[in-house]
Amino acid sequence: MTDTAITPSAFEAHGAHDHAHEADHKPGFFARWFMSTNHKDIGTLYLIFAIIAGIIGGAISGLMRAELAEPGIQYLPYWASMIHGKENLDQALHFWNVLITAHGLIMVFFMVMPAMIGGFGNWFVPIMIGAPDMAFPRMNNISFWLTVAGFCSLMISPFAGPGAGTGWTVYAPLSTYGEPGMSVDFAIFALHLAGAASILGAINFITTIFNMRAPGMTLHKMPLFVWSVLVTAFLLLLALPVLAAAITMLLTDRNFGTTFFDPAGGGDPVLYQHLFWFFGHPEVYIMILPGFGMISQIIATFSKKPVFGYLGMAYAMVAIGVVGFVVWAHHMYTTGLPVNVKMYFTAATMVIAVPTGIKIFSWIATMWGGSISFKTPMVWAIGFIFMFTVGGVTGVVLANGGIDDNLQDTYFVVAHFHYVLSLGAVFSLFAGFYYWFPKMSGKMYSEVLGQLHFWIFFVGVNVLFFPMHFLGAQNMPRRIPDYPDAYSYWNAIATHGYEIMAVGMIIFFINVVWSLAAGKKAPDNPWGEGATTLEWTLSSPPPYHQFETLPQVD
Amino acid sequence: MTRNQRTAGLFAGIAVAMLALAFASVPLYRAFCQVTGLNGTVQRGADAPGATGQKVAVAFDTNISPKLRWRFEPEQRREHIDVGARDMVFFTAQNLTDRPLTGTATFNVTPARVGKYFRKIECFCFTQQTLAAREKVRMPVIFYVDPQLYNDPDTNDVREITLSYTFYPVDSQGGTS
Repeated sequence: MTDTAITPSAFEAHGAHDHAHEADHKPGFFARWFMSTNHKDIGTLYLIFAIIAGIIGGAISGLMRAELAEPGIQYLPYWASMIHGKENLDQALHFWNVLITAHGLIMVFFMVMPAMIGGFGNWFVPIMIGAPDMAFPRMNNISFWLTVAGFCSLMISPFAGPGAGTGWTVYAPLSTYGEPGMSVDFAIFALHLAGAASILGAINFITTIFNMRAPGMTLHKMPLFVWSVLVTAFLLLLALPVLAAAITMLLTDRNFGTTFFDPAGGGDPVLYQHLFWFFGHPEVYIMILPGFGMISQIIATFSKKPVFGYLGMAYAMVAIGVVGFVVWAHHMYTTGLPVNVKMYFTAATMVIAVPTGIKIFSWIATMWGGSISFKTPMVWAIGFIFMFTVGGVTGVVLANGGIDDNLQDTYFVVAHFHYVLSLGAVFSLFAGFYYWFPKMSGKMYSEVLGQLHFWIFFVGVNVLFFPMHFLGAQNMPRRIPDYPDAYSYWNAIATHGYEIMAVGMIIFFINVVWSLAAGKKAPDNPWGEGATTLEWTLSSPPPYHQFETLPQVD
Repeated sequence: MTRNQRTAGLFAGIAVAMLALAFASVPLYRAFCQVTGLNGTVQRGADAPGATGQKVAVAFDTNISPKLRWRFEPEQRREHIDVGARDMVFFTAQNLTDRPLTGTATFNVTPARVGKYFRKIECFCFTQQTLAAREKVRMPVIFYVDPQLYNDPDTNDVREITLSYTFYPVDSQGGTS
């Protein structure tokens, strides 16, 4: 990565030293995994947590695709009756709203964010900057367990009332006086906990990256993954408190008679949307920027070249982060904004395509003329570039206030954000997982199963999500369990796409289990000369405490 | 304090500041709407500048919270008025219960971009209204449409403005049914 000419010999000695007497006194099982202060163990916990949450969130999307396979209501009343006792159509339809809400919240707050920032960020940010651990190891532990507590609160929600059916945006007035019972309160509390965890995590990352870099590791020599986590941490720090405030106001509107968002008392529901999207738009960059960082590492490693335009890549992420804070109302084009305001938000939104384009073209330029090996992480990374570009292009379409009047709340929007998240963010997560799996576990994954996973998943998600563009262009609304017959053709195909994708996921889990049980022992650096960052100078898995003597980076 | 604690304290302060800013946005947003007419927030006016010869249609829309047992209607649903001239319209409200009820009205205009040119001189909506049991009252609104309406390229295509009111009960008066 970059031109950080690291001299591995300088600390191979430490590696050997660590091996020599296994200097690491690992605590007992309970103390190690439940009271952990080790950044690698906490990273592992976050990854396990994200996989569990991903299984639940993915299973929920399976329920939704099953219901949407054909027009008419097929399974909802039966599923709703499993929770609420007797079958009732209204309850069944509400249960649909509960499903879409749970899917969104789980995937955003409890799958992508914990995996990207908590998982890979914790594991590799300290190692890549040559630090022994995070700045505040105990706070790191608190962050993880707050996230788990938040997830528990979200899981209690459907059993504490009729279920939270507000959508992940929790818009007032639906969330204030449209949803009685305790369910929405539990969902909001889940966001509070996850948000507090992320703010603490963000402070931890910023402090670590600013203060604990190894001698010689200047900001402009940091690997791009560390840059991406730094920018993400700033976005978290500035955006999440706004969400916390907005949902606290929802909570008091619901329970204590305040009228922040209630016109009867002089409030305005549109204010909630402003606050939510002031958080919500940076949030989508929070979910993708660490992915950008991982993709940069992986493309450079497997092209055996330093990344093209390192400084441009780093500051493109900074630019995306900054501009990401001033485009929020493009989520609100149909709330009656004045024409001039829509023009501003359209133009500002399109500006984001410039730094994003810098990144896409720099990745391609990195591969150009490189000695590329198409190992599993690399095919996922190339898949990421392809998918994210498709999602980015539909994003530019939706950025237009005029076009959005027609396409808002249709499946076109669903297709767009699943291409950038479900395909963009998730592809980068799989790329990072395969890239670092040998380092984290000390075992090689199965290349055959990894490639098979990629190709089946790639075909599956495209069959699943590409038809949604057609459905959206025909104005099929999102968030409905039933639809006119005219939409049945592409919906049936999308559901088959889900089935293909699910087969890919089964291969992934087989690969993980097989590799952990019977994978070949991983060498310190399985990827050869292209892998230049500090983690590849350590053993696989790294010693329990690394860099007891700080490495020198020239 | 160590260097790490100082750094963490600084950034924790920033997080707290963002939290405070988000709560401060509630009054700031209200002030912003009142100043700019965003969301169809109408403006206060004093003296009408006088008719310019142009006309605009104004429609009157009334709504009532289900929690307030009143009848509330405009005396005429739509009228053509002279732009720039002072105009007075009446609304009728009646308390349908046998006890006094207090209500307060929220209001705005559509198209929302017209808000900054719609000026109210006097309105029943500026204060709370208390109606005795079964009482029926006529309530005036005095307003004018700023002639700038037709000089602004964003609004010079507007031929009809809807002025909308919604009456809500005032809780402290025990107004909720």
